[in-house]
Amino acid sequence: MDNKTTHQKAWFFVLPVVVLVAFNAIIPLMTVVNYSVQETFGDNVFFWEGVKWFEDVLNSDRFHASLLRQLMFTGIILAIEVPLGVAIALTMPKKGPWVSVCLVFMAMPLLIPWNVVGAMWNIFALPDIGLLGHAINGMGIEYNFTRQPFAAWFTTVLMDVWHWTSLVVLLAYAGLRSIPEDYYQAAKIDGAKPWAVFLHIQLPKLKRVLTIAILLRFMDSFMIYTEPFVLTGGGPGNSTTFLSIDLVKVALGQFDLGPAAAMSLIYFLIVLLVCWVFYTLMMKNEDQ
Amino acid sequence: MKKISAVPIIYILFLMLPIYWLVNMSFKTTNEILGTFSLWPQEFTVANYVKIFTDPTWYTGYFNSLTYVGLNTVISVTVALPAAYAFSRFRFLGDKHLFFWLLTNRMAPPAVFALPFFQLYSAIELFDTPLAVALAHCLFNIPLAVWILEGFMSGVPKELDETAYVDGYPFWRFFIRIFLPTIAAGIGVACFFAFMFSWVELLLAKTLTSVAAKPIAATMTRTASTAGYELGLLAAAGTLTIIPGAFVIYFVRNYIAKGFALGRV
Repeated sequence: MDNKTTHQKAWFFVLPVVVLVAFNAIIPLMTVVNYSVQETFGDNVFFWEGVKWFEDVLNSDRFHASLLRQLMFTGIILAIEVPLGVAIALTMPKKGPWVSVCLVFMAMPLLIPWNVVGAMWNIFALPDIGLLGHAINGMGIEYNFTRQPFAAWFTTVLMDVWHWTSLVVLLAYAGLRSIPEDYYQAAKIDGAKPWAVFLHIQLPKLKRVLTIAILLRFMDSFMIYTEPFVLTGGGPGNSTTFLSIDLVKVALGQFDLGPAAAMSLIYFLIVLLVCWVFYTLMMKNEDQ
Repeated sequence: MKKISAVPIIYILFLMLPIYWLVNMSFKTTNEILGTFSLWPQEFTVANYVKIFTDPTWYTGYFNSLTYVGLNTVISVTVALPAAYAFSRFRFLGDKHLFFWLLTNRMAPPAVFALPFFQLYSAIELFDTPLAVALAHCLFNIPLAVWILEGFMSGVPKELDETAYVDGYPFWRFFIRIFLPTIAAGIGVACFFAFMFSWVELLLAKTLTSVAAKPIAATMTRTASTAGYELGLLAAAGTLTIIPGAFVIYFVRNYIAKGFALGRV
């Protein structure tokens, strides 16, 4: 970080990136800001509304409910995927032909289009003809994710664990591989227990990759739309209507541009705030 | 071969189960799917695949998807290369803020941008072309590519640049002939992630296309809702969307772990 030279012409190197991203980011964002302070009755006639939509959204029970569902979902999947991913990475072989076999198979869910993931889990969990649904019902537990909210939650969480745990595994595995063999040798000589090795050697080394893993999982689970939409359609009732699903319902379903835009901005600001905190923490760690 | 612990094997089995079920369904007839529960196809049929390969509404979807994914990967990585070099080598006005701003676009929920994107790309008359989707996916793929490549480039000692400079290499020749081959693994990893996120994204791809450039995954959604309950066909199309990804993983398998370790995905 410190041996960089100051060179203002470096801006020319960055320019194409800035132009392309700004085109895609700033114009749509300004459109959203524009809608969020106006009311329209069609025909491109707009009236100034000020912060009315923001107040409406922030005070609406519907927004609170989907935000709460979103926070619960993100919390649950982080609590499952991060420890599980680290545990699997710890048991992976360190070298040999099995490494690539494991990596190839584990990366597979990451490369399946998200609506196919939803459709696949729909077929897999159907109570009558799906393997999972059939098996659970066969054990004598009544299970139907299209009718029972709990079953819908269970299926959505299981789907996300299936879909994304591998990302944590790959990151944690790469982090573990970067620990020099000497560290383990030294621990062995000192007679350290496996638990102590994990706590004092592996975990500190994993801190950086785990921050990245948590950051990525937070961002992506907070934006989740396609998979639960295809799997449950947000139902039964509203039980799995997360923020993105609710937003698309308001924006494209009801075409309430103002409230949808205000909701978008609040949503984006929440994601941004959390990521900024993480980013600052990460940079602090790196400087040390 | 060395012994392998049971945990990864159990995990991989868990990962393969839903995929197996999808493939299983794709070889069944509609009657069998709806009529009986069976662990493997009783009346094995490839009719679902034949339908996909002979019906243009299906197979053009594949070409459309692969076209915009390919375009996006090329654009994202090409423009990210010089930018990542600037971030890894130079200090300039607003560099840190710019870097964070780029990353914030990786954080923007696509649902927020769906409607404005539709209006923007309609206004510049790119709506329903693969280029529109390729450009729209730049929103999150360029920041990611810059992030990954910057990590790799920072791992290359600065002495390499200085030696080449002293030897009288013009900058662009040094960059293309010497520097890029040094970080080939990083470029591979960046391409992998650009491909991956463009291939799996659907919300924007669906919003920006209607007929001519419709991606395969969107064809599936439409079939699911209009053609009734053709689960076998849906399963066959789903199975086919897994194949390009599996190919890509196979080719970059040795780089993935390395890329994760050196880069900053």
